[in-house]
Amino acid sequence: MTTSMTASPRVEMLGVSKSFPGVRALDSVDLTLHPGEVHALLGENGAGKSTLIKILTGALECDRGDIRLEGRPVSFRTTGEAQASGISTVYQEVNLIPAMSVTKNLTLERTGGRLGFVSWRRAREQAREKLQRLKLDINIEQSVGSYSVAIQQLVAIARALDDDTKVLVLDEPTASLDAQETETLFGIIRDLKARGIAVVFITHFLDQVYEISDRISVLRNGSLVATKPTSELPPQDLVAMMIGRELGDVEAAFTKSERKAPGAEKVVARNLGKKRMLEPFDLVLRAGEVVGLAGLLGSGRTETAKLIFGAIRHDSGSLSVRGTEIRGNSPRRALDAGIAFCPEDRKTEGLVGELSIRENIVLTMQAKGGWLRRIPHRDQERLADEMIKALAIATPDAEKPVGQLSGGNQQKVVLARALASKPEVLLLDEPTRGIDVGAHAEIIVLIRALCDEGLALLVASSELDEIVAASDRVAVLRDRQKIGELSGEAINHENIIRMIAGGGADHE
Amino acid sequence: MSDRGTLNRIIALRHNRAVWPLLALALILIVDGFISPNFFDIRIVEGRLFGNLIDILYRAVPAALIALGMAVVIGTKGIDLSVGSIIAICGAVIAWRIQAGDPHLLILFYALVAGAVCGVWNGFLVAGLGIQPIIATLVLMVAGRGIGLLINLFYGGTNPSFESELLQGLSTGNIWLIPTRLFVALGLFLALWALIRRTALGLFIEAVGGNAAASNLAGVNSRLVTFFAYVICGVMAAAAGVIMTADTHTSDPVSVAMYSELDAILAVVIGGASLAGGRVFLGMTVIGALVIQALTTSILISGLPPEYNLVIKALVVMAVLFLQSDNARSAISRLIPGGSR
Repeated sequence: MTTSMTASPRVEMLGVSKSFPGVRALDSVDLTLHPGEVHALLGENGAGKSTLIKILTGALECDRGDIRLEGRPVSFRTTGEAQASGISTVYQEVNLIPAMSVTKNLTLERTGGRLGFVSWRRAREQAREKLQRLKLDINIEQSVGSYSVAIQQLVAIARALDDDTKVLVLDEPTASLDAQETETLFGIIRDLKARGIAVVFITHFLDQVYEISDRISVLRNGSLVATKPTSELPPQDLVAMMIGRELGDVEAAFTKSERKAPGAEKVVARNLGKKRMLEPFDLVLRAGEVVGLAGLLGSGRTETAKLIFGAIRHDSGSLSVRGTEIRGNSPRRALDAGIAFCPEDRKTEGLVGELSIRENIVLTMQAKGGWLRRIPHRDQERLADEMIKALAIATPDAEKPVGQLSGGNQQKVVLARALASKPEVLLLDEPTRGIDVGAHAEIIVLIRALCDEGLALLVASSELDEIVAASDRVAVLRDRQKIGELSGEAINHENIIRMIAGGGADHE
Repeated sequence: MSDRGTLNRIIALRHNRAVWPLLALALILIVDGFISPNFFDIRIVEGRLFGNLIDILYRAVPAALIALGMAVVIGTKGIDLSVGSIIAICGAVIAWRIQAGDPHLLILFYALVAGAVCGVWNGFLVAGLGIQPIIATLVLMVAGRGIGLLINLFYGGTNPSFESELLQGLSTGNIWLIPTRLFVALGLFLALWALIRRTALGLFIEAVGGNAAASNLAGVNSRLVTFFAYVICGVMAAAAGVIMTADTHTSDPVSVAMYSELDAILAVVIGGASLAGGRVFLGMTVIGALVIQALTTSILISGLPPEYNLVIKALVVMAVLFLQSDNARSAISRLIPGGSR
């Protein structure tokens, strides 16, 4: 809480609504930003954070609602217009050109030269000036790619800032930073705050929200749940606001005491690894057991699952499925051995968007059966209808192109395809990424149900809640290395976070 | 009441992908009917059907066969620019083996094998080495006619000609009044259709063309599927090559089937497939080839100088593609009352 709260607001967004075909992305959302405040914008994937930010920064136009900048109504049609008015954004994926020098990256858009020529002397001056604002002392002639991700992030922020920046939006700026780098960034944010800039801070890390932010706005399913001063909002309440009651119900549905003892060993990975991708690790998957894979972005979660599935070839160690070693692993061999995999990115790795639900579901079965033994059309229809019913996929019929389904239903189709191949081991990479809360809960319940039927499951997830709620055992990853396992009562947020963050006693 | 139902059904038809190419074909024929009143006459001359409609079917056969193979390759998100060159190679092989005195039925087989070998080469470059299809098939497009010339140089001389009753039959022969090559084309079409639609190959091709990475993770061997598509395309081009070579009794690698790859791609696109891959429409591809041939024939009978041919063809093709574009269609929908969806 700062004194600036009393000053007139920098930005007011009132009753902002936005619909996409078939989806209500934002429903009458209000957001007020004061000068010199750090405003945390929170919500699960798909809550509407990025849509709201895109409207604020001119990347999207809202269907209804007003935006006022220092009291004046504005409507930005492009990000350039928003930037010219003092609203700058740093996106999650750093938008820099790695091979270009820091100078060129910093002056890319605003090369004020005579007759369209670039004055490199002036550009260098401007670049130094921009870096000076962040007290960043680096060689501006070196290519951006040669610096660490943290420095790149700071360069991106430096580029976004100029003398008349009024609002700075940081979209997940700390996702790929370590603790110390995050501290540096926070120091800079505090500086910006002192200069009266309103900072919008989007993150998934709740502890960082409490460290840096003055106020918190929570979005859920396109609506604003509430905006509250950070000091008046305890973490439990915040989590409840973010994920609502639904996940609470899910957790209640399977208390850990009900879980049975795990069955036979299905997959045994010994020293499995690939150079420059993942350090060798040991992992055992057993029937009737959910193993969670926890770790930060880039810690090697996806790579672990893909190594087991053979989508990435391992170059060390061995992998055996039900006692037989698999040599020259490939997705096809893994499927034949009874392993199925649901990839993280449905659009690029999961589904064939133009093909129908039916065709997507039978694809793996058909691939296993070979091209000559075509599954009769009637059997395909029956299977698709069964799966649509079993997984409650919301669609009029099985012939609808999969690309037209909502995120949650697409995820279910990926799952349906994996299940149709009758696997004994199921690897799920981010099974609930980008889907709404209702479908989220359904999928977690489904994971538990599959596990009770004797499947061996591996669930990689960036959401700790999901890991804690669903897992019998958790493998924790850090920096492309498996650093340990937790099981039973030891599975909780604190323990996992301590392992990810600390690694040992030296980092209490 | 029922009128209204019919009308609605007609309006709903607008969204069917088969409508526009068929409509274009019908329109071209209707215009022909106006230009030349006895356009639709079919007579029997020397034990054989004669007439413009038969002529269009007859002449469209080679282009349709090439286009069918192309449709399969385009389904995998690929393209094969080398089909014209494959035809040149086939012609040279046929002339060479006839002069060597092989049984003519065996020579047909050799020609198809030559096409398959060309397809294997393309498939190896695209699926094996991962070269972009347009570049990979450009290699054979350039080299193929040269290979044909070299075969001629070593075994036959410049543009060697030949006599063959069997090939003559494929060119001008007829069975029960109907040109033989229509039976050949129908047989090949049905064989290809069975290969694509009665096995799971079609599903795999469309899956790979739609999303190769996802297909791989689903267990489909996308490289093998892609490879196979180029082999199919090579064989289909070779079949067209046999007929085109039979028509001229000559191997003329320099000019035979010039620009046939472009007509084939056009036929596939008029048939409603996208170059972005993911869909194979065999029947519609044939319609596409017929549209192109009908257009060529009508320009000929209209009495316009042949110089107009290419430009008019381009205009009509543009019109068909315009009608197929989603953007244009939704704009038209807004103009038609009650047609909005």
